[in-house]
Amino acid sequence: MSALLELDRVSRSFAVPAGRITAVDDVSLVLERGESVCLVGESGCGKTTTGRLLAGLLHPTSGVVRFEGNDVWVSKGGGLAAFRRSVQLVHQDPYASLNPTRTVFQTLAAPLLRHHKAHRGRGVTASATALLERVGLTPADDFLAKYPHQLSGGQRQRVAIARALCVEPKVIVADEAVSMVDVSIRITLLDLLLALGSEFGVTIVLITHDLAVARYFGRAGRVGVMYLGRMVELGRTETLVSDPAHPYAAALIAAIPVADPTITRNKERVALRSADVPSLLRLPPGCSFHPRCPLAEPGLCDVAVPALLPLPTIDGAGTRDVACHVAQRERRTAAELLGVG
Amino acid sequence: MNVLSIRDLSIDYRTGHGPVHAVRDVSFDVAAGETIAIIGESGSGKTTVAVSLVRLSPRSARITNGEILYTKDGQTIDVRTLDEDELRRYRWSDCAMVFQAALSAFNPVISIWEQFLDTARAHGMRDRHVVRERAGELLDLVHLDPKRVLPSYAHELSGGMRQRVLIAMSLLLRPQVIILDEPTTALDILTQRSIIDLLRTLREQLGFAMIFISHDLSIAAELADRMITMYAGTVVERAPVRDLFYRPRHPYSVGLLRAVPRISGALGAVASIPGQPPDLRRLRPGCTYQPRCPFAVAACGDREPDLVPVDTPAHDARCIRWEAVAAAVGDTAPAAETAAGG
Repeated sequence: MSALLELDRVSRSFAVPAGRITAVDDVSLVLERGESVCLVGESGCGKTTTGRLLAGLLHPTSGVVRFEGNDVWVSKGGGLAAFRRSVQLVHQDPYASLNPTRTVFQTLAAPLLRHHKAHRGRGVTASATALLERVGLTPADDFLAKYPHQLSGGQRQRVAIARALCVEPKVIVADEAVSMVDVSIRITLLDLLLALGSEFGVTIVLITHDLAVARYFGRAGRVGVMYLGRMVELGRTETLVSDPAHPYAAALIAAIPVADPTITRNKERVALRSADVPSLLRLPPGCSFHPRCPLAEPGLCDVAVPALLPLPTIDGAGTRDVACHVAQRERRTAAELLGVG
Repeated sequence: MNVLSIRDLSIDYRTGHGPVHAVRDVSFDVAAGETIAIIGESGSGKTTVAVSLVRLSPRSARITNGEILYTKDGQTIDVRTLDEDELRRYRWSDCAMVFQAALSAFNPVISIWEQFLDTARAHGMRDRHVVRERAGELLDLVHLDPKRVLPSYAHELSGGMRQRVLIAMSLLLRPQVIILDEPTTALDILTQRSIIDLLRTLREQLGFAMIFISHDLSIAAELADRMITMYAGTVVERAPVRDLFYRPRHPYSVGLLRAVPRISGALGAVASIPGQPPDLRRLRPGCTYQPRCPFAVAACGDREPDLVPVDTPAHDARCIRWEAVAAAVGDTAPAAETAAGG
């Protein structure tokens, strides 16, 4: 596999009325062709901004975004436009992202014609039909003439995915793409996105606040956990979920309720030292998780920002990258150090 | 002893295309201090039932049949017959509703303290000092600093803090029943965890009954004593929490349980439910779940099944195929659970 899309020490800050915040701070991420990666974290962690940086919708404040080896923000001529076509975003809310006055056919035909992916007339209808079949809206003839309000939430999200596929993208960034659809049909949407990866080699980045969704979606791929703009842990999904190395990841996983009354009422918890999430305007010095972290050590964690480095565990199994001074020094995962493994 | 007893409740919404039968023949009881979770997907009628218990239904809704019986100090009233004054008293001092912690649940132009005061005044608590003291106690209970929160406006608080304020306010007049609509849905994981733990502690300290409405089965697994599954406006299964999770007997409950990916244990056979819920304006005869049901047989199309006792008298399912479901699903309780006798 080769690097397709890469964030190299990318940061992005925004001016807000009260000052300046760094929504994404020194994040590096290499996406391979056809892989599935999940970005998880709580609100304000920078996962959506990271998605917009990956899609070329935001210019990084510092750092480099590379696509097929080229810096996308310095490439001349149609470079940026071609890159943006190659990376498509699917939004959370299909009620808002589809034009209510256009039929499904019109929604798909416009980009197909605009980007010369189909010829006017029968060619467009055939292409639109093929796209609908690919996203499981069959028989396609039943859907072409429909308006968004005539579709269910799940069907609308399928149309949004079909529209993203119009331009034959190499990467799809799906931002909370299943959060607004009913639980009973989330899995089929996740399976559809996974199939695009395995059958057509599309790289899928799923941004979600739901670690159980990330575990299902990313079971063959990787997951990155973000906290206050930084990537704190990045590794194979099953390794990270079963044995989180960063104390924040360990706290999140321990806090998730499980749909099983016996298991969920007896789960080991990680007691945080504080429930307050620091403001991005006043980030604590050193590791930004240290004021809440049960493993934090004065003189270490409040001094330097920990780098995201491979964690060579003592038993040598399941390496992953983690940004934690204590885990790195002890060469043990936070789950192990906190006794929640 | 039951504090609430819902009997054969049916609710229609008037629309330009004819009535929508949003709730059909729903019956359940809520015992003092008990927690009931109502689960189901959007359109199942769970929220319509919940808001009707405090008569906050939209104008287009009409109760076409049934009773909502509330019992306090040995006296039983039908909530449907209350006049405006009685209803106002009932709403906060007997049965309080906690909405999702959206900003829209607050008045944006008055402080949190004024909202406490308004609510108290509307219920005859005129003494500001008494209200201040009670608000302080309640905010302490939900782990908020009254000095900081009371002068604030809703938009100055985080989602988790707003949810805590709403819970504290709902307790102002010491209700016997609290109804919570998706109490943790919009919240982050760690905040969600703290609200779940908080509700558990408050329930132990204050002894109120809870009815909560959620599409999230894991919250139900955390808090519920009993579960109600709703589908297409009616109750399809009613069971103690462990029976519903480990021994579900309605195919829709089985489908919902399978549809949720989990953070621990085997990834297993996670699968969505095929198809869509029926159009509630044009219900066909027979079981409403039949078109999506893997257990369906021809007889399922004859008439809507009754809610019948299954494994135990406390466990009901609206399914003529429940024995086939039982044979297929069996008992999935963890080994320790079975050894301990369930």
